[in-house]
Amino acid sequence: MENKNKVLLKVENVGISINDKSLVKGVSFEVKQGEIVTLIGPNGSGKSTTAKIALGIYKKIDGKVKTYTNKIGYVPQKILIDWTLPIRVSDFMTLTEELTQDQINIALNLTGVEHLKDKSLSNLSGGEFQRVLIARAISKQPELLVLDEPVQGVDFKGEIALYELIKKISEKMKCGILLISHDLHVVMSATDYVLCLNGHVCCSGTPHHVVKDSKYKELFGDRASNILSLYEHKHDHTHSQDGTIDQK
Amino acid sequence: MLDDFFIRALLAGIGIALITGPIGCFVIWRRLSFFAGTLAHSALLGVTMALVFELNIALSVFLTSAVIAIFLLQLQSKTNLPNDALLGLLAHSSLAIGLVIIGFLTTIRFDVMGLLFGDILAVSQSDLLLIWGGGVFILIILKIIWKPLFASTINYDLAKAEGMKPDRYNAIFTILMAAIIAVSIKIVGLLLITGMLIIPAALARNMSNNPIQMAFLSTIGGLLSILIGLFSSLEFNTASGPSIITAALLLFLISLIKTKKFSELKK
Repeated sequence: MENKNKVLLKVENVGISINDKSLVKGVSFEVKQGEIVTLIGPNGSGKSTTAKIALGIYKKIDGKVKTYTNKIGYVPQKILIDWTLPIRVSDFMTLTEELTQDQINIALNLTGVEHLKDKSLSNLSGGEFQRVLIARAISKQPELLVLDEPVQGVDFKGEIALYELIKKISEKMKCGILLISHDLHVVMSATDYVLCLNGHVCCSGTPHHVVKDSKYKELFGDRASNILSLYEHKHDHTHSQDGTIDQK
Repeated sequence: MLDDFFIRALLAGIGIALITGPIGCFVIWRRLSFFAGTLAHSALLGVTMALVFELNIALSVFLTSAVIAIFLLQLQSKTNLPNDALLGLLAHSSLAIGLVIIGFLTTIRFDVMGLLFGDILAVSQSDLLLIWGGGVFILIILKIIWKPLFASTINYDLAKAEGMKPDRYNAIFTILMAAIIAVSIKIVGLLLITGMLIIPAALARNMSNNPIQMAFLSTIGGLLSILIGLFSSLEFNTASGPSIITAALLLFLISLIKTKKFSELKK
């Protein structure tokens, strides 16, 4: 199983500081095909920064980032579309990739927003916009998906559906996913590997491993540790020690 | 036919409108209107440099604008002053230095007004060649870099993450802006080139719902401004450059009525 799943992204001991103040440091992890790696941590703990480092957005970083694919889909945490820029959903879909109308329709359909295709981006609600962002990122059939709080502002029902979709994509398309999420339920039930950040890596490992870590409890409180037991029954697989998945 | 000064003026104006239409959209989208103004101001310095070192004016203006653009990037990395302050600093100081140098050039008669407002009625055949040659070149480059430039305009991080190389295309775009100012300075002048970049694009925004349409309407708006401006300057014997910009403003005001109608329809 290990050899079949190619490593897509390898981040070694990376960090970044601005004006001599360290934002995040000493982060290492890798993302393989078909694997979901999640970054969790409080606000300002460097989750988005770490994702941006991994994507090569910053110029001066410490450590090393190696990317083994150029088919990358990114859902940034925040994206502002100025009113001065008239752009429809369909224009936005082909921002970095040429797509056929069919491909656009399929992707929008997957995230439940096909009806918004000809709408102007600036007229969308927050949740609709997130669905479009996700549709755009998956439409180019990426090998590596980086999702920075992809379901923010999406209604409860849609949230579950979108996380299921993300999970399905990682399995069907053999796509590696780097996910940032505040939703510990989802993280713990659908993730293969978790990194808990707070300016540095507090703890990391499989969800099972992380919830038992005392540093995780310190950061998120006792209630957060009970999350796993709540969602245990939803698992259709177990994780072995090294983070690989054993189907039941 | 090209012997007639008015025909040459029309051809020059049409050439300028074809370039500034689509480029002006990017100027507005990227919030660069003040940057365009700064480059246009620095063009005065470029012209005086051309006189001092006996260089080709367009070349000298292009080089000065490019240097100012690079200098701006340097300043941005050295200080936390906001962009508009830095742009104002560069615009006015380069204009001032240009005027100071003109003061030293006592032997050369120099028409500052002509430089500020241009003289489209004095366009020569070689000017036409410069505008149309330079214009075709600029538009071909823009066509080639449209997709990555547009992606970088929407969101730097997204473009960078998905391999669109935004730094490279932002730099190319800056060079294109310097080139536009270089080919058009003599025709519309430095105060009016900014107007031609911004006003047609602004009126196009009021009437369009996608980027290609906006670039197209912006070009149409620029062409109409040139035609209306030139013919009315002939009719009323007014200065041609300012007449063109006044025509553009009138078209912009008309486009406002159009926008209002659209939003009423939505309700």
